[in-house]
Amino acid sequence: MRPFLLERFGNASSIHQEGQHARSAVERARTSVSRFLGCRPAEIVFTSGGTESDNLAIFGSVRPGDHVITGAVEHHAVLHAVGRLRDRGVEVDVLPVSEQGVLAPEHVRQAMRANTRLISVMVANNETGVLQPVEAIGRIAAEAEVRYHVDAAQAAGKLKLDVDAIGCHLLTISGHKMHAPQGTGALFVRRGTRLEPLFAGGAHERQRRAGTENVAGIVGLGKAAECAMEGLSNGAPERMRALRDRLESGVLQRVTDAGVNGGSAPRVPNTTNLWFDHLEGEALVIALDLHGLAVSSGAACSSGVSEPSHVLEAMGLSNERARGSLRLSLHRHTTEVEIDQAIELVSSRVARLREVSTVMAR
Amino acid sequence: MNPAMIHSTTVPSTTGKEERTPIAVAMSGGVDSSAVAAMLKAEGHVLVGLTMQLWNQRRLAGQDGMPEQVQGRCCSIDDVYDARRVAEMLEIPYYVVNHQERFERDVIRPFVDEYLAGRTPIPCSLCNNHLKFDQLLLTARQIGAERIATGHYARNEYDPARKRWILKRPADASKDQTYFLFGLTQEQLARTLFPLGGFTKPEVRELAHGYGLALANKPDSQEICFIPGGDYKRFIDAYLDEQGEAVPDTAGELVSVGGQRQGTHDGVHNFTVGQRKGLGLASPSPLYVIAIDRDSKQVTVGAEQELMRRSLRARTLNWISIAGLAGEMRAQVKIRHRHEPAWATLRPAGADEVEVCFDEPVRAVTPGQAAVFYSGDEVVGGGWIV
Repeated sequence: MRPFLLERFGNASSIHQEGQHARSAVERARTSVSRFLGCRPAEIVFTSGGTESDNLAIFGSVRPGDHVITGAVEHHAVLHAVGRLRDRGVEVDVLPVSEQGVLAPEHVRQAMRANTRLISVMVANNETGVLQPVEAIGRIAAEAEVRYHVDAAQAAGKLKLDVDAIGCHLLTISGHKMHAPQGTGALFVRRGTRLEPLFAGGAHERQRRAGTENVAGIVGLGKAAECAMEGLSNGAPERMRALRDRLESGVLQRVTDAGVNGGSAPRVPNTTNLWFDHLEGEALVIALDLHGLAVSSGAACSSGVSEPSHVLEAMGLSNERARGSLRLSLHRHTTEVEIDQAIELVSSRVARLREVSTVMAR
Repeated sequence: MNPAMIHSTTVPSTTGKEERTPIAVAMSGGVDSSAVAAMLKAEGHVLVGLTMQLWNQRRLAGQDGMPEQVQGRCCSIDDVYDARRVAEMLEIPYYVVNHQERFERDVIRPFVDEYLAGRTPIPCSLCNNHLKFDQLLLTARQIGAERIATGHYARNEYDPARKRWILKRPADASKDQTYFLFGLTQEQLARTLFPLGGFTKPEVRELAHGYGLALANKPDSQEICFIPGGDYKRFIDAYLDEQGEAVPDTAGELVSVGGQRQGTHDGVHNFTVGQRKGLGLASPSPLYVIAIDRDSKQVTVGAEQELMRRSLRARTLNWISIAGLAGEMRAQVKIRHRHEPAWATLRPAGADEVEVCFDEPVRAVTPGQAAVFYSGDEVVGGGWIV
């Protein structure tokens, strides 16, 4: 990435050699990302991130009078997009999930209508890590010949992704969720899938995404895809899973009235969402941050204000328990020492919070 | 807990090597609380900045009669932005904590209900009692801070002789906020710092300049923070509409002190004792609201001298400089924020209630407001006017 930030400023769309150099770097990255997803390079559209990819997939596919099916635990990039479509005369079904946070393929089948245009489902949930049965839903979509978008932002790099196995027409990845720079992402667009672009402008990205390429970011995303493939083949997910399980059992051994949200469902190996009764998740997040452990309750929010999690709500958690939930994520360089420190810290802070809360409540 | 124990460990030295417990600074994004953060930082304290998100200003924006755009009000994104900038400049950790539900339950709802009951509420006192010095202090303690600091103009100090925490008027009498703080308990006072108590507002602006705070000239907030434009009637309408509730029909008669019908009104929540405008009555001499009766829906109007009262009753008391009222006591009593305290005798009147007899009649005793008792600069205690 560094040369494209500091020395080589060629526009990948230009004729000159500097531009050609940038173009070839972008295309190498495209090839890396396509290998990562098991598709052709031409099927990759670079975007500014997961949110743009989701929006391009949804707004690019759906018109007034269409019907869209999605799930209640989807990311806001999907839920708010379909919400806006609903305001514009699109029929929308937001399907409920089980208390483990899983969508039933059968519900998707039942929700199908003659005018169903798009099914949008996430591979892994960003708050709980819970996996959706995307392949089973893919078969339903294929039978009905309905366009199928999956949001793999949270899954990329943590499990093998194969667009043919999933059977999707569109697939979102987000750069920063897989160690690429923030503000990068891509959308897989299966050949022959017509997509209305979000932006009017130049003919970039095969007329699917106008705007000069973020060359350095794209190069970073390509490199991150290569690293992720390497990690997937040398046991990184298994190591993360072992550490994640160590974290969960370590905390639950030391803390009573606590548990794992979505703990019985299949999950990506790096995410855990713990609930603690008798405390405010918001205060716990701050207390942990002041001690150097960066965690979140619910999803990250631009204003920095924590809002109750729609994901945990959809899983049927009480308001109190949803607010007493904490989301911890590991990455492939997390160490055992860090996990043990986290166990100590979480346990001691939870104890302190509960102590103070009871004293004050008297 | 023994409050003196906290006192004995107050304000750790600036050179201590041990891990010191932080002070949580309640930061609103205004000049006062920003100056507090800068002052304490300069004194070497370990700080955590906290901003309470209490109300979503966009929630009722654009509803019938409510402004479309709200800017520069408390809890707006702009204020959070300002507070965050100050925290960044001071290099202190900073967090926004969401206490919207509690605010709605303990401040907004009672505010609406009080007006609908024909009383005139003080949301600032409720916010102090339930949010700033209760919920925020709880949050502060949960995250490891033992005390909070706020930008209120007030002073508090521990008096070993009386073994009590004393709340006192600040150096700047024109900014005195003790009226809104009468509900503070000993525990809350023990855990609170009011670093601005010894300064005047111009001095604080000067200090803010000196610390390089870009917002040193930011205007003071004046109106009720959740009512942009200050039209509480429209707020009540918009809020109840949002809640799917009808505004209760409290329309009724305007009557004279003698009980004669003078006209009609649209609802008791449109009136405050002492109000002159908006009565819709033609009269040779000015008429004022004298009393509001929710049950009969009657609003009594009369000449200004009818507003004068010799006594009042206050209940749900909180005592600060004394443990409780044993017998009669002389005090100066303030019956609204902008009221010159008047001499009176306090007498216990049943459980958790006090009778206040003024030496000279006072104008417009208003149910729902607070009666706060002073002894010189000290706040003796206070209660809610019945």
